[in-house]
Amino acid sequence: MTQDDELLTEMYRRMYLIRVFEERAIELQRKGEIPGALHTSLNQEATVVGATLALRHDDYMTGNHRSHGHPIGKGAKVDRLMAELMGKRTGVCQGRGGSMHLADFSVGSLGESGIIASGVPVALGAGISAQVRGTDQVCLTFFGDGASNAGAIHESMNMAAIWKVPVVFFCENNQWAVTTPIAKSTSVVDIAQRASAYGFPGVVVDGQDPVEVFTATTEAVERARRGEGPTLVEAKTYRILEHAEGLPIPSKYREEAEIDVWRLRDPLPAFAKRLTGEGILTEEQVTEIAREVVLEVDAAIDFARSSEFPSADSIFDGLYSNPIIPLARLR
Amino acid sequence: MATTLTETAHTSATDRKGRRLTYLRAIRDAQSEELSNDPNVVMLGEDVETGMFGTSGGLRDEFGPVRVRDTPISELGFCGAAVGMAMTGLRPIVDLTIATFTYVAFDAIVSQAAKSGYMFGAQAKVPVVYRAAMFYGGGDAAHHSDRPYATFMTVPGLKIIVPSSPYDAMGLLKSAVRDDDPVLCFEDKNLWGVRETLPDEEFFVPLGQAAIKREGSDVTIVAIAGAVRLALQAAEKLNGEGISAEVIDPRSLVPLDWPTIFESVAKTGRLVIADPASRTCSAASEIAATVTEELFGQLKHAPVRVTTPDVQIPFSPPLERTLYPDPTRIAEAARRTIR
Repeated sequence: MTQDDELLTEMYRRMYLIRVFEERAIELQRKGEIPGALHTSLNQEATVVGATLALRHDDYMTGNHRSHGHPIGKGAKVDRLMAELMGKRTGVCQGRGGSMHLADFSVGSLGESGIIASGVPVALGAGISAQVRGTDQVCLTFFGDGASNAGAIHESMNMAAIWKVPVVFFCENNQWAVTTPIAKSTSVVDIAQRASAYGFPGVVVDGQDPVEVFTATTEAVERARRGEGPTLVEAKTYRILEHAEGLPIPSKYREEAEIDVWRLRDPLPAFAKRLTGEGILTEEQVTEIAREVVLEVDAAIDFARSSEFPSADSIFDGLYSNPIIPLARLR
Repeated sequence: MATTLTETAHTSATDRKGRRLTYLRAIRDAQSEELSNDPNVVMLGEDVETGMFGTSGGLRDEFGPVRVRDTPISELGFCGAAVGMAMTGLRPIVDLTIATFTYVAFDAIVSQAAKSGYMFGAQAKVPVVYRAAMFYGGGDAAHHSDRPYATFMTVPGLKIIVPSSPYDAMGLLKSAVRDDDPVLCFEDKNLWGVRETLPDEEFFVPLGQAAIKREGSDVTIVAIAGAVRLALQAAEKLNGEGISAEVIDPRSLVPLDWPTIFESVAKTGRLVIADPASRTCSAASEIAATVTEELFGQLKHAPVRVTTPDVQIPFSPPLERTLYPDPTRIAEAARRTIR
């Protein structure tokens, strides 16, 4: 296998890992094993993995409420992510964060923000930090089409431009902000167009094609690393499922036919077909990857299930680094 | 006012030998010392390079534009950026200039600064300081006049300091910069010109340690920020009437030094809280409620709050002038607990 083939194989593996992780998470949420609402990256796997594989291990990343795919893409181990979804002590955030707020600092994942657009300034700061400390790290921040209209993003893009901060603004445009379509909320057809207002490049890519996403993001990351400043990458993708599992969202805000069009554009079979067609993987290898991924997720679920919940007396742990003794405990 | 208080740049503790420094100058020098002490300390905010109010004058020239950085008018953006900086190895000091601008940055301070340490399972520390000057009493009207510390006291994860003297401004701010948690520093504009001779040696005031500003035995007056000197004036007046008032400055509201307050009230049996913020859900309310719960049996009178009424700050001076705690109202409250 060439280096490129290895990369493409890893790309497929991570996409598949997100797919299986999300499908199993939905089952567990329906069974009541995962509390709260669950926002999955199903059908957005090519976007997520194309972007995260363009980053180095020590590069930073922030994200949003649709939070599971990003750390998986960045290389986080799924066992502690699954344990976090179940609210266990062994979870990557010790059961403090849950589905919308995964973070794995060991792979540069600085946290996913449940507040839309709120994690984008944080990414700007991580980029400034790399500049001040004199490292060549880059920070990529994921946000959605809905977030693109939030003020925090305008402020962040402007500051990133004036200081040439090594940040990649990565918009996962999945067309729908809960029940609001992009055409109703957004002044431009391509969000990437807005980059021109800040004087940096904006590029639109097919979010169902991981290689196209990877190529554009790599260019953006390299530009940032060279000290030339930010890029806005917009990947056009689509949210097939509802905004979240476990929330009472009225259906009937979009046409089934629209969803069907995107069902035909599922990135996983398309990418598998391409890899086998180009002779990079055999059918057997594709099946083997799937088998390994299922085992990995099974093991993660076993790990999560067998882990303990955090103890009640740990409730204040981590609230302050040099603990403030709550008055209740002074008694 | 601002320009007259701006002084020429200088830095280390030795430079201040014997000089009486203003509150503003103490803040500036605290930051200068911390920038010198640790290359990861950085400053950012609007107009910090020129040092508009005198709290950062000369620092850009000394530490360079990478570490002392002017920002655009983007409070939400740069307060959020400071969290990313803090989680990746820096110790940013964010100058929000006027305290009402914290509202523009509320999401960054509450959702990111306060929550990231805990919500991500203590994977990261968030050592950021947000400085904000509380303008009030100066005819600046509602958009520039506020004392928002109580709002932030309701947000677990934040620490809050309210220095009432040049000594505390320097000592608390230096401790805040070295603290691994997010700290809000609310500076009282009415104290900007107050002068004090500071120790020649470097010093720190730890967070969570109240100062007993005056000892007394009949009534405890807990006073916050600019109300401390007013409470001391009230105590002087009461002393002439044979009433011995103890004045306590908590100095930090989170953590709050409960033991010192409890000990004092256990001794006096009476409590007045002078708080320049508005009344409902104020720091004064919290202190009154907690002391009542903890020391009910030892109280000789219900705690009395001297605060600003629940109203927006009006522009017209005759309307504004009477709103805030003053020595007369504080003394009257103390008498009420004794009569």
